Amino acid sequence: MPLLKDGREIPNDWVFVDGDAPIEGVRAVTVPLERYLADVASYEGRNAPVGVRLQPEDDPDALVPHLDRLELIEISFPKYTDGRGYSQAQLLRRRHLYRGELRAVGEVLRDQIFYMNRSGFDAYETARADLPSVMEALREFRDAYQPAADRRVPAFRARHGNL
Amino acid sequence: MYRYDEFDARLVGDRVAQFRGQVARRLSGELKEDEFKPLRLQNGVYLQLHAYMLRVAIPYGQLDGAKLRRLAEVSRRYDRGYGHFTTRQNVQFNWVGLGDIPDILEFLAGEGLHAIQTSGNCIRNVTSDHFAGAAADELMDPRPWCEIIRQWSSFHPEFAFLPRKFKIAVTAAAHDRAAIAVHDIGLRILERNGVVGFEVHAGGGQGRTPLLAAKIRDFVPETDILDYLEAVLRVYNRHGRRDNKYKARIKILVHELGAEEFSRQVDAEFAAQGGHEKIALPQAEIDRIHAYFAPPDFVPVSAEEAALFDAAQAADVDFAEWCGVNLHPHRQPGHASVTVSLKPVGGAAGDATAEQMDLVAGLAERYAYDDIRVSHAQNLVLPHVPVVHLYALWQALEAASLATPNESLITDMIVCPGLDYCNLANARSIPVSQAVAQLFAETKYQREIGRLHINISGCINACGHHHVGHIGILGVDRKGEEVYQISLGGRADEKAAIGGIAGPALKAEDVPGAVKRIVDTYLSLRRGRDEIFIDTLARTGMEPFKEALYAAA
Repeated sequence: MPLLKDGREIPNDWVFVDGDAPIEGVRAVTVPLERYLADVASYEGRNAPVGVRLQPEDDPDALVPHLDRLELIEISFPKYTDGRGYSQAQLLRRRHLYRGELRAVGEVLRDQIFYMNRSGFDAYETARADLPSVMEALREFRDAYQPAADRRVPAFRARHGNL
Repeated sequence: MYRYDEFDARLVGDRVAQFRGQVARRLSGELKEDEFKPLRLQNGVYLQLHAYMLRVAIPYGQLDGAKLRRLAEVSRRYDRGYGHFTTRQNVQFNWVGLGDIPDILEFLAGEGLHAIQTSGNCIRNVTSDHFAGAAADELMDPRPWCEIIRQWSSFHPEFAFLPRKFKIAVTAAAHDRAAIAVHDIGLRILERNGVVGFEVHAGGGQGRTPLLAAKIRDFVPETDILDYLEAVLRVYNRHGRRDNKYKARIKILVHELGAEEFSRQVDAEFAAQGGHEKIALPQAEIDRIHAYFAPPDFVPVSAEEAALFDAAQAADVDFAEWCGVNLHPHRQPGHASVTVSLKPVGGAAGDATAEQMDLVAGLAERYAYDDIRVSHAQNLVLPHVPVVHLYALWQALEAASLATPNESLITDMIVCPGLDYCNLANARSIPVSQAVAQLFAETKYQREIGRLHINISGCINACGHHHVGHIGILGVDRKGEEVYQISLGGRADEKAAIGGIAGPALKAEDVPGAVKRIVDTYLSLRRGRDEIFIDTLARTGMEPFKEALYAAA
């Protein structure tokens, strides 16, 4: 599935391994939160990149001790109307200052991209929106009324010389 | 009134462009209806029984002449020459074409109007007291905080896909005219030791599971309120139920957790916010927004002018009658707040024609400091009118069928559009309200009965607020027949209560007679005219009313 990041379509080198399926032979791997937490040491000792995939009900706070070592967190949108992933993203980026890649996976449509970007996502795995439309979606609003996980200066500061 | 600056104007303009693109993608088939639906809803576009309906936001119910005239023009150009004012202080156009909606939104944006988040599972239009900034019983004007909350909640990236819709109401008066107890969040503005803050209530709502909000905080200082609201919304967004649409409102979460546990979770989330996460609204911005709501330069009303007003009442009984019913005390001497009734007997509650809207716009500019409100009871309000202008104002309103003297009386009913328009409805609401109004049309009779709120909904979703009507009427479908359930004892004010069902449902033609029997019972039981219907009911209980209702059956 196409992966869009930093204004480009890039190859997706990561493989999500669900449940307790074996990860031998897989290089860059993401696993479910529960699986990761059950065996953190072995994943951290692994000689290849490791990431975690969060489901909507997962608590991202559980990853706090490990954030420095995670290159990728995937946040899953099983239904695009399920908005829990936006709160997970804001918590990871704003509260816990996670710096790795934050990728939206699942039902990712063009019209969610703007809010996803504001919430802290920087990569989108989607077959439903091509690169030009995603780039357009990211520019749909020039201003914002509230602070979020992106760099937009909220209107209430911009109005007063970025106070 | 708040005026857009370049930021507001650009945001609304960008929204119009965005929606224009979404509509084009829908019309080309690129977007499927189920994908388009949440997008159109967040722009106030519903697919109703007969056509698309567009709901335009009127933040905390405030308009001026230019805005109201623009709404009139939309109804003329794109609809059938009328609009419907709603219980959420918004306005709806019932007959618009989908392809026209981007143009309508652009036309509205030119006058600082929009349809952002008037539907969908997001934070909706913030509502407030329709007498805000005018009422004699108000601690302070709640509108600046409504505007601050409006901005914070508009396009909030985290809260656009909540489990369900989310409504915030704000009051700052002793008498709650904003119905904060039946909102997802109800805020009461208070002052404590010189600090302005908010008493926070959460988890109220109507629909099929009516619940009153629980107080979750005694006092949140104004500097913390947006952060605190963000904490409430985050707890709800993460933990509100998403498995069942009918259990997805915050009221169910508050109810299932218990108010204490819910409040604890919100406090924990609030406490976990780091300094860098705080919204920290600059004082300069708080001051900037407050400045827009400075009271008008009230003209002094001389003793002679006040005497003219008294003389006009003495000379014209119809005018005096209207003054006795449709005026509300103003904090400024020589002024009153006027209710412009959208409830003529035989009409549809909340409907106004383009000509009526134009007329009220002009009257507001000429006589009322260019300030107009929409009330949650589906009327218009001119909050500031010098008494010297009242007679001329009344004459102009009277000539346009806008001076029905029935504010808070039995024919001032809250009525949803019902099966005549709505694709959720099970039964018609408007004809039932008209039949009831017919029976009580005489003003003298209505005044004799006194304050009595009848609220009518055409289905269990309760848009007509039947749960909080003194008399509530709910239309239900019984094997293909429209029948109506009567409830008694609801109220939406500071003594909020959910009405209790009186007994078996009635046929439409039996509803007016049933209401008449309830009213007769009240008139026979009350201890003088000062004891209004709802107080008599509270004193006697429902039994005598039930007996009168069903004795004949």
